[in-house]
Amino acid sequence: MLAKRIIPCLDVTAGRVVKGVNFLELRDAGDPVEIAKRYDDQGADELTFLDITASSDNRGLLLHIIEEVASQVFIPLTVGGGVREVEDVRRLLNAGADKVSINTTAVLNPSMVRDAAARFGSQCIVVAIDAKKVDNQAYEWEVFTHGGRKPTGLDAVKWAEYMVSLGAGELLVTSMDRDGTKIGFNNPLNKAISDAVEVPLIASGGVGNLQHLVDGVTLGGADAVLAASIFHYGEYTVQQAKEYMQKNGIEVRL
Amino acid sequence: MQKVDIAVVDYGMGNLRSVSKAVEHVANGKSVVVTSDPAMIQNAERVVFPGQGAMPDCMRELDARNLRGAIIHAAENKPFLGICIGMQLLFEHSEEGDMPGLALLKGNVKRFTEKLVDEKGIKLKVPHMGWNQVFQTTNNQKQAHPLWADIADATRFYHVHSYYVAPQDNSVIAGETAYPNRFTSAIARDNIFATQFHVEKSAHAGLQLLNNFVNWKP
Repeated sequence: MLAKRIIPCLDVTAGRVVKGVNFLELRDAGDPVEIAKRYDDQGADELTFLDITASSDNRGLLLHIIEEVASQVFIPLTVGGGVREVEDVRRLLNAGADKVSINTTAVLNPSMVRDAAARFGSQCIVVAIDAKKVDNQAYEWEVFTHGGRKPTGLDAVKWAEYMVSLGAGELLVTSMDRDGTKIGFNNPLNKAISDAVEVPLIASGGVGNLQHLVDGVTLGGADAVLAASIFHYGEYTVQQAKEYMQKNGIEVRL
Repeated sequence: MQKVDIAVVDYGMGNLRSVSKAVEHVANGKSVVVTSDPAMIQNAERVVFPGQGAMPDCMRELDARNLRGAIIHAAENKPFLGICIGMQLLFEHSEEGDMPGLALLKGNVKRFTEKLVDEKGIKLKVPHMGWNQVFQTTNNQKQAHPLWADIADATRFYHVHSYYVAPQDNSVIAGETAYPNRFTSAIARDNIFATQFHVEKSAHAGLQLLNNFVNWKP
């Protein structure tokens, strides 16, 4: 049977892995190549790198990091952050990324998702959706861009369906209310999107303990669970997370 | 012309760097080139034929680079490893874009049907993406194929695809994966071995298979 995936996420800026709370207050978590190798050794199913640099100054640095990681770690690598053009996708794939995650640009210019999927195949196009619960709207969750700062007026579930229709091969759904809080994924949000689309969903934002990972799969319908801080600061290893999930009846790769 | 041990075919489709890096990792001093030059492929001792994206695009790019003849020659004459679309292209026809393939093997490429569910009735997503078990088949012989050496049966490999091959001749099946029904995820015939899953992204198991290929004497 197909295993549910555990994906450690590395937020990278200026050549270092960092982690913040609600996208603020960044703490240094180490060297990206070393951390990637450690997670690979622990049995991570994939790795996701998000370039959280606001400006484009350090783009070349990220490409170099991806090249380094891709020559030493032989599991799927997803890279996102600041992907604006089809050419950016090509550069990342050439550096060794297997999938590229598109977030703000998907909202500003949805046809870029279609063009990238047509050119490189849906299997390497991940659309990242940052969603927040909203009141007094016709929908429950709204899409936000620019690291969670800008509301878009888009219904997250409908947006997910639209992105899949344009060729997204996978969705990375981050709950902005939960990110960095350690209170667990937003499972109703994930479930609503997972039920609405055919493609796999990666749940992100809010993991504080291993039961949250289990709930992400059983309650949220996630095909993969993404976490950062519980792994970065050595609270749990990926191996421990997998053993816990297996004990709770979830198929994992051990 | 420069002697080449292992040629990785470059026709502009997919994660070539991942494939070449993984092959280099196990090459143990053998030369690895990524090339779109038919003469270089002709001259190589063994050939890796990757592929990603949509099969019609792959076929078009292959022909645009005049590589069809070199691929067919390699598949008929030397150790040849197809990966993902590089496996699908070996067959006669694909449902993806109603596209003829290279027809080195009899059979078709089919899409997973809509509304797949597992045994508990839970929806299965398409593409089939992630780590799934590969069951090695032995085809009336008493032992598994040499490319399965030192890889336990039912080991998990990384898959990502919406289409799969359905060979006409069951004797070419070297491995199967269940999603939820069993489909052919590896084939072998003479000097050809091909996998639907991504050996270059399957951690230790994938590197072991690549290592077995690099040392394979069919």
